[in-house]
Amino acid sequence: MSDASQPVDDVATKVDEGALGSFASGVQTTEEYPLRVEGLRKSFGGITAVDGATFQVESGSLTGLIGPNGAGKSTTFNLITGMIKPDAGTVTFNGEDITGLDPHEVANRGMVRTFQIARELSEMTVLENMMLAPQRQRGEELWRSVLPGVRNDVREQEEELLERVWEVLDFFDIDHIAEEYAGNLSGGQRKLLEMARALLTDPDMLLLDEPFAGVNPTLEKKLLEHIHELREQGYTFLLVEHDMDLIMNNCEHVIVLHQGRVLTEGTPDDIRSNEEVIEAYLGGNV
Amino acid sequence: MSVRDDIAARMPGGDAGLILAVLATAYLLYVLAGVVLGYDLRGQLNSLATLTFYIGVFAMLSLALNLHWGYTGLFNIGIVGFMAVGVYVMALVSKPTFVAGGAAQVGGLGLPLWVGIIAGMVAAAVLGFVVALPALRLRADYLAIVTIAMSEIVRFSFLSGDLQQFQLFGSKVGFGGGSGLILDFVPPLEALFQSVGLWGVYLGFVDATKVIVPTNPKPVVDGLVYGLLLLTFVTVFFWLLKRTGESPFGRVLKAIREDEDVANALGKDTDRFKIKSFMLGCALMGLAGILWLMPQGAVTPNFFRPRVTFFVWIALIIGGAGSNTGSVLGGATFAALLYQGPRYFQNLVTTVLPNLDSPPGFGQAIGPLISQLDPVPFLLYTIDSIRQLQLVVMGLVLIWLMHNRPEGLLGHRKETASVISLSRPKAAAAATDGGSADGDVQTDGGVDVADNNGGVDDE
Amino acid sequence: MGIAETYSRGREFAIERPFALVLGVIAAYLLGDLLLGLATGQTQFADIGSLAWDGLMRGLVIGLAGIGLSMTYSILNFANFSHGDYITAGAFSGWSTTYLLAGLGRADIGALMLVGAGGSVYGGTLGIGMLSTPLAVIAGIVVAGGFTILLSLAVDRTIFKPIRDEGGITLLITSIGVAFALRYLMQFVFGSDVRGTTAQPPSVGLYLVDGTVFIDAHDITLLVIASGLMLGVHLLLQRTKLGKAMRAMADNEDLARITGIPTERVVRSTWIIGGGLTGIAGYMFILWKGTLGFNDGWLLLLLIFAAVILGGIGSIYGAITGGLVIGLTASMSVLWIPSAFARAAAFVVMIVILLVKPSGLFSGRSTA
Repeated sequence: MSDASQPVDDVATKVDEGALGSFASGVQTTEEYPLRVEGLRKSFGGITAVDGATFQVESGSLTGLIGPNGAGKSTTFNLITGMIKPDAGTVTFNGEDITGLDPHEVANRGMVRTFQIARELSEMTVLENMMLAPQRQRGEELWRSVLPGVRNDVREQEEELLERVWEVLDFFDIDHIAEEYAGNLSGGQRKLLEMARALLTDPDMLLLDEPFAGVNPTLEKKLLEHIHELREQGYTFLLVEHDMDLIMNNCEHVIVLHQGRVLTEGTPDDIRSNEEVIEAYLGGNV
Repeated sequence: MSVRDDIAARMPGGDAGLILAVLATAYLLYVLAGVVLGYDLRGQLNSLATLTFYIGVFAMLSLALNLHWGYTGLFNIGIVGFMAVGVYVMALVSKPTFVAGGAAQVGGLGLPLWVGIIAGMVAAAVLGFVVALPALRLRADYLAIVTIAMSEIVRFSFLSGDLQQFQLFGSKVGFGGGSGLILDFVPPLEALFQSVGLWGVYLGFVDATKVIVPTNPKPVVDGLVYGLLLLTFVTVFFWLLKRTGESPFGRVLKAIREDEDVANALGKDTDRFKIKSFMLGCALMGLAGILWLMPQGAVTPNFFRPRVTFFVWIALIIGGAGSNTGSVLGGATFAALLYQGPRYFQNLVTTVLPNLDSPPGFGQAIGPLISQLDPVPFLLYTIDSIRQLQLVVMGLVLIWLMHNRPEGLLGHRKETASVISLSRPKAAAAATDGGSADGDVQTDGGVDVADNNGGVDDE
Repeated sequence: MGIAETYSRGREFAIERPFALVLGVIAAYLLGDLLLGLATGQTQFADIGSLAWDGLMRGLVIGLAGIGLSMTYSILNFANFSHGDYITAGAFSGWSTTYLLAGLGRADIGALMLVGAGGSVYGGTLGIGMLSTPLAVIAGIVVAGGFTILLSLAVDRTIFKPIRDEGGITLLITSIGVAFALRYLMQFVFGSDVRGTTAQPPSVGLYLVDGTVFIDAHDITLLVIASGLMLGVHLLLQRTKLGKAMRAMADNEDLARITGIPTERVVRSTWIIGGGLTGIAGYMFILWKGTLGFNDGWLLLLLIFAAVILGGIGSIYGAITGGLVIGLTASMSVLWIPSAFARAAAFVVMIVILLVKPSGLFSGRSTA
């Protein structure tokens, strides 16, 4: 889509045009820290799940969010992406306050999430799943899709989208299952589909909720390669993951949540040697 | 791949061919039955007109419901309420103004029929909006209860004496209460042909049919032409909904049906899509209601009992929710076999055996069977009660379908939600030829991509 | 607490809960209107008393029948649209028994068994009533409960059990099929006429400020039996192992299965308790109103759904409370609106609850 603006700062410069082709249309990150979370708080029936979490994610980084079970990782994700509304605190994305917006409004602004348990649209084919994702499609207006004449505009855009979709399918190596119903896919294929679909929304930032859970080592390697490649093009990633090694070996910045708060953050090495973190994990029944 | 995909693939003309084939079979059965029983031509034509009428209305309603349930996953069991609002508002707008001493208790605004029809559709859509706005966030079963309660509220409202008559723009209008409304506007066919200046031509045509039907051919011809008009509307519905479904709009609806949170997380304002889909479906239900009742001459609130809603549901489930072709087929099958079939059968039996007295109640029917093993009274009572028993049969058919073919009698169908075919574009296919040679669909789903395909081009 | 604080709190409340505020205003208006009516003598205390009593009776029937619906809704996870026709089935089976016992020797057995189909015999002529033919009525109650238990178990075994693991919507649609088949089968057998079933029961008039409120023997019967059964269910759920299992199952079926509660047995118990109460509710409904038609249960069903949702699905106290609220609403709304809209008012109450508090008034307390 040519209407997305050009990359602004040097981190976000597109590298490696060849592999990704035209679907990586450039990433807009005017801020050094596109995502800022401040004092986020949420409780459910007296139990405080997130208790004043404050952190920020650097542009173009692959940031990991870890913490023992019940630390509030998923809730934090849900709060950032608008699935649930916070009791207090703010979420700022690309300089705009997005606290309490609906999920679709958050996605419209360029921050898209995937789900812990891959949520494919099972009675739709892989291709339909993918075609759904691009934002602001002309044909999403009912009258444009129905009225003769204007439907040709929709057709044109569909043809453009389809090319991008096939490129992304190729990139993720799922082109051979394109016609298959998403419900018939294996767990790993679903994870790939979900990431491919999220990418097609043309986001600036991707929030991945345990993208490697239930994925075999070969596919895990492949997914990581994709993530690194996309990051080099300027996409920003925030990753929730259980597997500590995975986070430590791949993220340049790690945020540790504990009891709904940020316990500490820093480079993997900082985290590894941090006594508090070790204690939190041991005390929290790893 | 299901039975129906195979049939549709082999059928010349594809979906349209399949629909035509089913219709032709239904008509053939009815004609044959008529021939066996020695119906005259007039009788034959009348029975075909009635059959066409019901095929038309049920196909339209089930198409509209398919938009709600099959596409968007909205569990609407208040269909009849939207039909009622459509008809009543149409009547209010298009009935001639009140004349003291006339047959009608109340008048209307006296506007042309087409204005009334549009007003009725808009009213049904607005009611849909009012229901949808708060209720669409509810769970499917709650939405079901809210919609059926709404349809009953609508019925009670039209039944009530308080809306029987009132003043609107200085005219004495109303909904007639329990005794209903006389639809004393220009008959729809007359209005239609007059508006295009062909009424004279039509009357000439009716006159010419005296060759076939010597005495008073007009009711027969009217019935047939109205049936054809309904089939035209079915085609329009089908066209409209096919385009709606096969588009980015329809894609979002399907996504909402599958998992609303995902659609929302992908940046789709799902509430807006749901409201639009719901309102469009409601407007079409209103129109179907209007077309059903417009030629009947009168309308009473108790026509709009919830059972009509369930008829439509059965029709849709027979055809298979999610498919427009299936909706039409389901509507036609329901109308021909379950709705008109038993009544037709009853007529046939009473034609063949005109002088048999059926017992007045179950007691008198079952008594001889128990005491003298005489099944005749029971059979007669059964045939006499066919209108109740057909509802029992419908219930059993619904249970059977849900047990054995929940995806519809004719199987699961793939109707891709996009304007274009989604196969790989030619240019792109050439460019990435080496990427993945196996274009075959992988069906088992048990193998991970990574295991399956080593040719990654990113290193 | 100063005035300013109260004011600002009030304002916060108004902003955060606009719905609640609107409802409050409407309630205040209705109350004011009623008080004005009483003050000017347009409305009589005795009228209000009669309507309230009528609503209480209706509410007991709805509540009693609602317990069963609420239990199956939460334990089997689907809205059972055939529940209304279980009520009718209970009524017909029970009244068939009552007619047979009360009229044996005085009328044709077939006519009695078919509850006087086609006007062959009238309940009034047979002098049926709680005081006049107590044995026939009690036997009828027992048979109504027993037959409905058998019916619901049979339907469950043949129709619901095979698709138990499908979604709630599949079961819901199936239950609509069951409702159709049952209702029109009953019409086929018992005919479509609405028949009178009881002789006029004796009643006492209670003086209330400006008039009399009449309470008859069948009102009292309904009150005693309904409250007795409600108390019984309460004790069953609170004091027995079965009750505990049922509560666990309503909370979380998977968990219940893991922890070793035999779920099919719990399901069967649910149908037995729910079916029994429903059948008896059907019988009592007919005893109280004095007429019987094949549509009675279906017409009551939406009100029962309203009650169950109002009280919170899965809560028997919710079903009872919801039943009383809905019954009182349906009866007393005629003080303000035309009687044609009385049912509509009950539905509106339900819809409002769904919007304001979709989990119901007793939410979070499953089957307890």
